[in-house]
Amino acid sequence: MSEPRKSGKDLKEAVLRILGEIAPDADLSRLKPDENLREALDIDSMDFLRFASKIEQELGVPVPESDYRKLGTLAACVRYLEAASKIPSSTPAPFGRFVA
Amino acid sequence: MAEFKMPSLGADMAEGVLLGWLKKPGDAVRKGEIIAEVETDKGVIQVESFAAGTIDRLLVEPGTATPVGAPLAIIREDGGGGAKPAPAKPAVPPSARRPAADQGEKSDRMRRAIAASMEHSKREIPHYYVSETIDMKAAMDWLSEHNAALPVAERLIYGALLLKGVALALRDYPELNASWKDGRAVLFPSIHVGAAIALRPSGLVAPALKNADKQSLSELMLNFKGLVERAKSESLRASELSDATVTVTSLGERGAESAFAVIVPPQSAIVGFGRIIEKPWVVDGHVVARPLVTATLAGDHRVSDAHRGGLFLRAVSRLLRNPAAL
Repeated sequence: MSEPRKSGKDLKEAVLRILGEIAPDADLSRLKPDENLREALDIDSMDFLRFASKIEQELGVPVPESDYRKLGTLAACVRYLEAASKIPSSTPAPFGRFVA
Repeated sequence: MAEFKMPSLGADMAEGVLLGWLKKPGDAVRKGEIIAEVETDKGVIQVESFAAGTIDRLLVEPGTATPVGAPLAIIREDGGGGAKPAPAKPAVPPSARRPAADQGEKSDRMRRAIAASMEHSKREIPHYYVSETIDMKAAMDWLSEHNAALPVAERLIYGALLLKGVALALRDYPELNASWKDGRAVLFPSIHVGAAIALRPSGLVAPALKNADKQSLSELMLNFKGLVERAKSESLRASELSDATVTVTSLGERGAESAFAVIVPPQSAIVGFGRIIEKPWVVDGHVVARPLVTATLAGDHRVSDAHRGGLFLRAVSRLLRNPAAL
């Protein structure tokens, strides 16, 4: 049985929670939807790798390296994850299902 | 009998505060096993035993400030044969004893530790600097291809290539993997690359990737990730903070074009990488856009000369332009 799809609000909260783990000192309440995440949160390449890894582990969405640029802002992350959730669960990689 | 002592994490560390013991008298210890947690100006560290045997006596109570080199415990050495198995539960949980140092206080202490080390370096070490611009196209293309088929957990970042390139090049330039001691250069027997890691909200540590020249890129990346995780969770080991023989600092994708770094005593060289920038570059007589990075070596002029330093950077460049060989 497939998991229910997450709403945009749920996805935004999930992304913010993961960002909070990557950048615990950042004030995420001030993060604007279209702000560059790396700039706003001082995220380096190792942080971003952890971010992509947590998205895969916690939300069940594999992120190919070629898609990193699609995760540049909070709004873009939510769009990317929404698109991934619309792919049927039987569809193989690159997108998986939400399990969180 | 062997003394288990308060470790030194640098020439400027005077003391540490024992936070807690992970062993009690009568417990077996292996060489390299973590047996205590200590708070220092560089954060909380885990301290390993350099002897195998049985804990005979604990000499210091948790919460006690102890000078570097002072004995903390006595270990009865038994050659590793007759010791009892280690208990599953810590004797005195370190977390229960941890002083309530707030983040501001920790940041202040770390800043003072960095200040002391850098003052020492600039006062004692005559730095010279040489730079080399490196074409990173082959490295970045190789990296994209390598990572494309891998899950996130197994992917490399370009910083791993920089670390490996420096480590391999040092094999041919041992005078850069050395220390100035008692009026002469002393070569380190192994290449332990310190990877500079920025901490949040501020601070810096450079724990060692031991024998970095002998690790595959995958091993190096795994160990690098482990160091970053432990640095951020304040669980680095004492040996990781004291064993680096050379340091690499990379300013990352959003940093400046070049990094003129300060040598970390007692080392005699540090390599700084700026951010990768796409710029015009001449290839086979044609101007093309290429991703370029500036590598800058700061060397101790008592130990090495700029000519050899420059040749070393050319060697790093050659390696990064042939990433399959890393």
